[in-house]
Amino acid sequence: MRILGYRLPMPAALLLWGALWEIAGRLELVPILPPLSDVLIAMGQLVHTGQFWAGARTTLASFATGMGLAIAIGIPLGMLMGRIAMADRLLGMWVNLFASAPLTALVPVLMILFGLGSTTVVVTVTLFAVWIIALDTAAGMKHVNPSLLEMVRSFGASRWVIYGRILPLAALPEILAGIRLGLIRGVKGVVIGQLLVSIVGFGELFELYSRNFLMPEFWALTLFIFAFALVASEAIGWIEHRIEAYASSRS
Amino acid sequence: MTQRLARPPRLTLAATTDAPNIVEVRRISKSYGNQIEALRDVSLAFPRGRLTTLLGPSGCGKTTLLKIIAGLIPADAGDVYVNGRVVTGPGPERAFVFQDFALLPWANVLRNVAFGLELRGMAKDEREALAAKYIRDVGLAGFEKRYPHELSGGMKQRVGLARALAVNADVILMDEPFSAVDEQTRRKFQEDLLQLLAVERKTVIFVTHSIEEAAYLSDQIVLLTRRPGTVAKVLEPRIDRSHGPEAVRRDPAYLDAVEEIWAMLKQYLA
Ligand SMILES: Nc1ncnc2c1ncn2[C@@H]1O[C@H](COP(=O)(O)OP(=O)(O)OP(=O)(O)O)[C@@H](O)[C@H]1O
Ligand SMILES: [Mg+2]
Repeated sequence: MRILGYRLPMPAALLLWGALWEIAGRLELVPILPPLSDVLIAMGQLVHTGQFWAGARTTLASFATGMGLAIAIGIPLGMLMGRIAMADRLLGMWVNLFASAPLTALVPVLMILFGLGSTTVVVTVTLFAVWIIALDTAAGMKHVNPSLLEMVRSFGASRWVIYGRILPLAALPEILAGIRLGLIRGVKGVVIGQLLVSIVGFGELFELYSRNFLMPEFWALTLFIFAFALVASEAIGWIEHRIEAYASSRS
Repeated sequence: MTQRLARPPRLTLAATTDAPNIVEVRRISKSYGNQIEALRDVSLAFPRGRLTTLLGPSGCGKTTLLKIIAGLIPADAGDVYVNGRVVTGPGPERAFVFQDFALLPWANVLRNVAFGLELRGMAKDEREALAAKYIRDVGLAGFEKRYPHELSGGMKQRVGLARALAVNADVILMDEPFSAVDEQTRRKFQEDLLQLLAVERKTVIFVTHSIEEAAYLSDQIVLLTRRPGTVAKVLEPRIDRSHGPEAVRRDPAYLDAVEEIWAMLKQYLA
């Protein structure tokens, strides 16, 4: 970020935005925006409530299950698309469509199908995350060095070994990139799912806070979710970075 | 060597030691689609324990032939016999060395060299001990824990060679193994290869673009015509290798072979 020609380092930029938020809050410019300090205090109080941890547990459980499903479905789906031209022609169109469609519109349908509970939230997370994982995995399959596969075959590897071990490892950089993007979409999915279902996890809390106009608490919860999304995607980014050396030397 | 003696004798031993040709290619033809005819009616014999090079103009089907022998791609017509048995796919008596090395980028040198043994289900300790021996043999001792991206091209190809040797295949198929390696490394590599092969008693089928390399290494040189590849000529230079590499390059048989190959190949340059 640049201000008057000076480059601001990241922490300074954050401080500046924080200060702006604080001032805007103090001046009461927008009714839904309390001062940052109030939000921070609310965050501090929130972590001492059982309500928060119960919500966090439910939310995390839905998120983890949904992501697990998205990975378990997305990687094989992507491998199928990346390895078999026929599968790509049949499925590629739909996967691309879903990857860019506004899936939020489908959540009410999921609520009818799966009821007003955690199942709907889990399915929402999966629905949001799975397509990008499949697309990136498929892209990764197409990058696998053909002579690496010939080598593996020449030493007598079974299909099982090739599909179960060699291909996923050879495409790991793309698969991880897909998972990182899927993770961010999955966070969106868990929030939207819970908001719409509004009786489970953080959705219940959001509902409570906004109905009673508890804005500091509302923002506190939002910041927690942002922080979680950031940490989770950074963690995947860290793994990606660790395998960068081999990713760039593939050919 | 004790390793070698300790192994159980192969079942095929009695049936095949008297056959002079370990690999036979009979009337192989191969086309890609209906436009590109890569090989036409190629028949060849590869004597046991000898190094044969395949030489010919670019695109004449050398790699195709090597991969058919490896069982990696099927021929349209004809058969390949190894130890008297027809080839239907890759097999443990053949090992391939790739032009671009084809190492597992996520595995270190030790695991890469042991990979063929790992696929055969050999126990970890056993295969790593064997891999370590071959890593030493190809001159890479001390690099066991390095990853491919930390190695030079020449070192990567030594890993590829050690991997092929470790599975103890009778036939080693090499597709331009030194083409991605600089000239000095290449010469050193050629000498090391000859020394290793003298000890290991392998049959080698070697694809190259280099006339000098072919003449320097080979017991038998197969010259292929331009696409569709057919056998133009088979040379068997009788080069005395007992006096070291410098002597070989002055040997009249070596110089004659270079001359003859060149005379044959230059007609395709026009
Ligand atoms: N998978 C493929 N699909 C279509 N055509 C191919 C394929 N592989 C090889 N060819 C063609 O078949 C011919 C023989 O190829 P091949 O790779 O065997 O030649 P080569 O003698 O190894 O060539 P080079 O000396 O350049 O390595 C070439 O014209 C090549 O373009
Ligand atoms: Mg070739």
